[in-house]
Amino acid sequence: MLSFVIRRFISMIVTLWLIITLTFFLMHAVPGSPFEKDGKGLNEAVAANLNAYYNLDKPLIVQYGLYLKQLVQFDLGPSIANSSDTVNKMIARGFPVSFQLGIVSVLFAIVTGIALGVVAALRHNRLIDYIAMIIAVVGISIPSFVVASLLIKYLAVEWKLLPTATWGTWQHVIMPALALAFGPIAIIARLTRTNMLEVLTQEYIETARAKGLSPATIVIKHALRNAVLPVVTLLGALIANVLTGSFVIEKIFAIPGMGKYFVAGINNRDYSVIMGTTVFYSALLIFMMFVVDVLYGIIDPRIKFHGKESKG
Amino acid sequence: MIVSDDLFIPMRKDSSNAEAIVRPQLTYWQGAWIRLRGNKLALMGLVIIILLVGMAIVGPMISGHDYAKQSIISKNKAPSDANWFGTDEFGRDVFTRVWYGARISLFVGLMAALIDFFIGVLYGGIAGYLGGRVDNMMMRFVDILYGLPYLLVVILLMVVMGPGLMTIIVALSATGWIGMARTIRGQVLQMKNSEYVLAAKTMGAKPFYIIRKHLLPNTIGIIIVYVTLSVPSAIFSEAFLSFLGLGVQAPQASWGVMANDGLSTLLSGHWWRLFFPAFFISLTMLAFNVLGDGLRDAFDPKSRR
Repeated sequence: MLSFVIRRFISMIVTLWLIITLTFFLMHAVPGSPFEKDGKGLNEAVAANLNAYYNLDKPLIVQYGLYLKQLVQFDLGPSIANSSDTVNKMIARGFPVSFQLGIVSVLFAIVTGIALGVVAALRHNRLIDYIAMIIAVVGISIPSFVVASLLIKYLAVEWKLLPTATWGTWQHVIMPALALAFGPIAIIARLTRTNMLEVLTQEYIETARAKGLSPATIVIKHALRNAVLPVVTLLGALIANVLTGSFVIEKIFAIPGMGKYFVAGINNRDYSVIMGTTVFYSALLIFMMFVVDVLYGIIDPRIKFHGKESKG
Repeated sequence: MIVSDDLFIPMRKDSSNAEAIVRPQLTYWQGAWIRLRGNKLALMGLVIIILLVGMAIVGPMISGHDYAKQSIISKNKAPSDANWFGTDEFGRDVFTRVWYGARISLFVGLMAALIDFFIGVLYGGIAGYLGGRVDNMMMRFVDILYGLPYLLVVILLMVVMGPGLMTIIVALSATGWIGMARTIRGQVLQMKNSEYVLAAKTMGAKPFYIIRKHLLPNTIGIIIVYVTLSVPSAIFSEAFLSFLGLGVQAPQASWGVMANDGLSTLLSGHWWRLFFPAFFISLTMLAFNVLGDGLRDAFDPKSRR
């Protein structure tokens, strides 16, 4: 177990280093300097000063070293488009909002997805099963921004039940969280249903039934626990999905989260912001995957950590 | 019920044609096609895809409008006889643009899926077939790539290379082949150790013969399913990128770009500008997804539930 955690941790660090390096050199491979925006040439002295301020006058490898040194100190550097702001400050402002939205939609997706999958499996090949599976296929097929538009159109504009956009009260969370959770619900429901159908044919379920346990106890205590385990492996990818997906959702709902800064960074070609947010999000996601992998071993004692990959 | 004695007379044994196979023998493809044919949902997906591709080819020509021609007089017109899907804020015909966008979205989806297929099969096939240390190293590399948040990498590549049709395809394939390579490698590794491959080897079959006759035919089902399912995910990613302003550039339009442009109409009431691109993205993804699911059941009947 411990050796697995250590090995997994090292591979996490390597992945992180790789993406930092990739990000850094990709960003610096872009021709031109960030100060030449809009074709306005800067005064030579000003440009030289700016270059010195952002360390852009040094050789690339030295810049890379400095950047790594900054990162180790958790400093993601200043914004280029807005010199009074730093990437750290942007994350401090934007991330709590995105995090709140992300948590709500992940929880919503897990609860609804599992419930839908279980009901479908228990009523296999009946009407409810078909309805649940239609929801699942449709959920995978409809992009989140379409769901978001429909929600705004009906819940906010036509029926005026919820506020259209921005952020603040709990009512502001509902629509974006729904839109974000829609796809994950479908994925979780399908996976839960498949596993549940398999588990229900196992002998220990038969035994439980023979003992005279109530159907509810059998489903909750015996079937569900085993059926839901593989969903845990999906959590890492799911969280990644929701976090990156929220870029688009935040844009639609004008939510002041990380997505806003990231999209603004793309539009302004603000390389330090793009780089900073990418590194931050990658680190977060890679760490999440690490946690999920370790967690999986704790939840499911049958998993042995001999091989490199223990995902079932 | 009367049970007469003649019911207990043993049947006459006729050993002369006991070995004859009465049912017609089906090839792998025939079996798969029969199973697919029984799946109405998947067939519907196939028909929709054919229709969509057909419309993408002829659609921009039959409306009599040009996809990029602007007109101030006829801006934001509701669907009518002249403009079947209405017009946008520059007076461009939405019907023509939707099918023009279909060309781009489908092209991106198919190209990305094909490139994923070539790289993935080659990489996964080599790793799985050679095995041992080579496989270990190749897969360690893939594992690291697999850990990268793929949309962020795609966005990063798009920012660096600049928006455009080709860069979208390159950026999507740069990360898309990884899943394919993993799947193929797993399959090949499993089959390589199976009895029939061993038997072929014992009889002196050359590696190329084994790959062509045994490994390829047995993975082709999974490959087809995977390619079918990676088309909608590429189309989705393209729409996602276009939505963030990283898609194809005006006057070209993909569905994602059009949906993004149409988003402002939620409040103004020009619903057709958002509805049609959004509808066709969803329909395309739905069609490819149900076809992919159907193909999976058809090629691998054991997995069917």
